[in-house]
Amino acid sequence: MSTVVLEEPIVAIIPRWRVMAGKLLRNRAAVVGGSVVLALLLLAAFAPWIAPYDPFKINPVQRLKPPSFQHWFGTDEVGRDLLSRIIFGTRYFLLICLITASISATIGTLLGLIAGAGSALTDSIIMRIIDILLAFPYILLVLVVVAILGPSLWTGMAAVGIAGIPGYARLVRSSVLTVKREDYVTSARALGASDAEILFGTVLPNVMSPLIVYLAFATPLSALIASALSFAGLGTQPPAPEWGAMLVNSRTYLFSAWWAVAAPGMALFISIFGMNILGNGLRDVLDPRS
Amino acid sequence: MAQYVVRRLLLLVPVVIGILLITFLMKALIPTDAVTAMYQGQLSEKEAAQAIATLRAKYHLDLPWYQQFFIYVGDLMQGDFGESIRLRKPVIDEIGYRYVNTILLTALSLVIALVLGLTTGILAAARRNTWLDVTATTVGLFGISMPAFFFGLLLILVFSVWLRILPVVPHGWMAIILPAFALGIIEAAPLSQVARSNMIDVMRRDYILAARARGQSEMALIFRHALPNALIVVLTVVGLQIGNLLGGAFIVETIFSWHGIGELAVNAIQWRDFALTQAIILISAATYLIINLVADIMYAWLDPRVELVS
Repeated sequence: MSTVVLEEPIVAIIPRWRVMAGKLLRNRAAVVGGSVVLALLLLAAFAPWIAPYDPFKINPVQRLKPPSFQHWFGTDEVGRDLLSRIIFGTRYFLLICLITASISATIGTLLGLIAGAGSALTDSIIMRIIDILLAFPYILLVLVVVAILGPSLWTGMAAVGIAGIPGYARLVRSSVLTVKREDYVTSARALGASDAEILFGTVLPNVMSPLIVYLAFATPLSALIASALSFAGLGTQPPAPEWGAMLVNSRTYLFSAWWAVAAPGMALFISIFGMNILGNGLRDVLDPRS
Repeated sequence: MAQYVVRRLLLLVPVVIGILLITFLMKALIPTDAVTAMYQGQLSEKEAAQAIATLRAKYHLDLPWYQQFFIYVGDLMQGDFGESIRLRKPVIDEIGYRYVNTILLTALSLVIALVLGLTTGILAAARRNTWLDVTATTVGLFGISMPAFFFGLLLILVFSVWLRILPVVPHGWMAIILPAFALGIIEAAPLSQVARSNMIDVMRRDYILAARARGQSEMALIFRHALPNALIVVLTVVGLQIGNLLGGAFIVETIFSWHGIGELAVNAIQWRDFALTQAIILISAATYLIINLVADIMYAWLDPRVELVS
C-alpha cells in the first residue's frame, strides 16, 4: 500500500506592488510618462555637472544668440545659456510639484479622513467649509492666497498647495464613506482596533488607489498654475531659472528671439505632458473600472 | 421643480456668507494694512501717524472685525465696493467696463471650446478606436498639458509674426480673436474628453440598441438618440469649465493686453491694492456661483431624475 504524500500546495505569493509594477511596465503611456519624470529627476540631481554653463552668468556679447553648437537652445536677453537655465529649471519644477502636492495631499487627506470617519457634525462643518472653497474657481482661490501672502516663490507654492486642499478632501471623504461600510473594517473594529488604527491602518490603505490617481493628475495641474503665477509676476521672480519666470522677460523679445520663449515653454509643456500620460497609465493600472 | 430651485437657493446662503467672509478676511489678514502701505516713507513720522489715524477711521480699520464685516456687507449692498488706493477712484468705475470685456472674452472662448470640444468628442466616440479617436485623445492630452501663456505666445508668433494674418498690435474687434482662441482651444480638450466618454456610455444603452434594431441610420442614432442624452451631462461640466475660463482669463488677458478684470487682478495684487483685489475676487466668485446655479437648474430641468436624487 502506497502512502499518500500530502504535498504542500505551491502558492507563490507575489506582493501586490510587484503585480502593479509589472502592469505599469507593460503600459506604454506609463513608460513614456515615467521616462520623462525620471529624466527630470536625473537632470535636477546632476544639474551642475550636466549644464554646460553657469545659469546665472551674464554675457552681454552673447545676448539673444539663436541656437548653435556653443548654445544648443540659444541665449537670452542678457546672454545667459538657455540650455543651462532649462536644466537648472528642473529643480524649481520638481520643488514646486513636491511642495504643492505635499501641502494639498496631506492636509486634504487628513480633512477627508476626519470628515468621512468622524461624527456627523464634524463632517458637515468640514464639508461646508470645503463647499465654500470650491465655490471659487481654482485659480481665483490661488489668487486670494497670493494677495494675502504677497508674491514670491514660496507664497506662490503655498497658495497653489492650499487651493488644492478641497479637491483632495472631497475625494478622500467620499472614498472613506464607501470603505468604512466594508466587512474588513467591521472585523478590525471587532478585533479591538482603536479608531486611529482603523483610520490609518485599515481605511487609508484602501483609499490609496484613487488618491494616487488623483495625485498624478492634480500635481501637473498645480505645476502649471504655479508657473502661470510666475509668468504673471506673482510667483517665482526673475532671475531665478524657473520656466514660467524665464518667460517674463523673454516674451518682450518674441518677435526677434523666438527661441528664448520656445525653450522654457517647451520644457514646461513636455514635463507636464509626461506627468499627465503617467497619470493616464496609473489610472489604467490602479482603477479597475477603466 | 420649484421646490428644487428653492432648495438649491437655500444651499447658496452659507456659501455666499462664506465667500463674503473670505474676501473680507483678505483685508484683515494682510500684514500691513493698506493705509500704512500708502504712506510708508512718504511723510515725516508725525504727519504720517496723523494721516494714518484719519484714514484708518475713514476706512473703519479701528473698529472690531465683526463690525467692519457688517459695514463691508452693508456697503456692498449699496453698490459701494470701496475705493482703489492706486487708481484713486471707486473700484466699481474701473471694474465695470473690464467686467464686460472679460465676459465677452469668456463667452467667445466658450463658444470656440464647445464647437471644437463637442465635434471632436462626438467624432471620436462615433469612430471609436480608429485613428480619428486616437488623434482626438492625443490632442486632448496636449490641450490639458499646454500652459495657456505659452500657447498664447505661440499664437502671436505664428499668426502675427510668421503668417502676418493678424496685426501685432490688433485693435477693435480683431483684438479678441487670438485670446479667445488661446482660451477656447485649451478648454476644448477636457470638454472633448467628457463628450467622448459620455457618448460612448450612452451608445451602449438599450434604447440605442432598440433604435438600431428598428433600422435607424447611424447618423440618426448619433444625433437624434444619443447626443441629446450625452449633452445633459456635458452641461454641468460646462458650468465648471466657465470657472476655468474666468480663471484662465487672468493670464491670457495679460499676454494679449485685453483689458479685462483678469489683467486688472494681476495688477491689483502687484500694487497691493486690496480694495480692488477684493472686489475682483468677489465679483468673479459671484459670477461663477450664478453660472453654476443656472447650469444645475437647467440640468434638473432637462433630466428630472436629478431632482429626485438630491
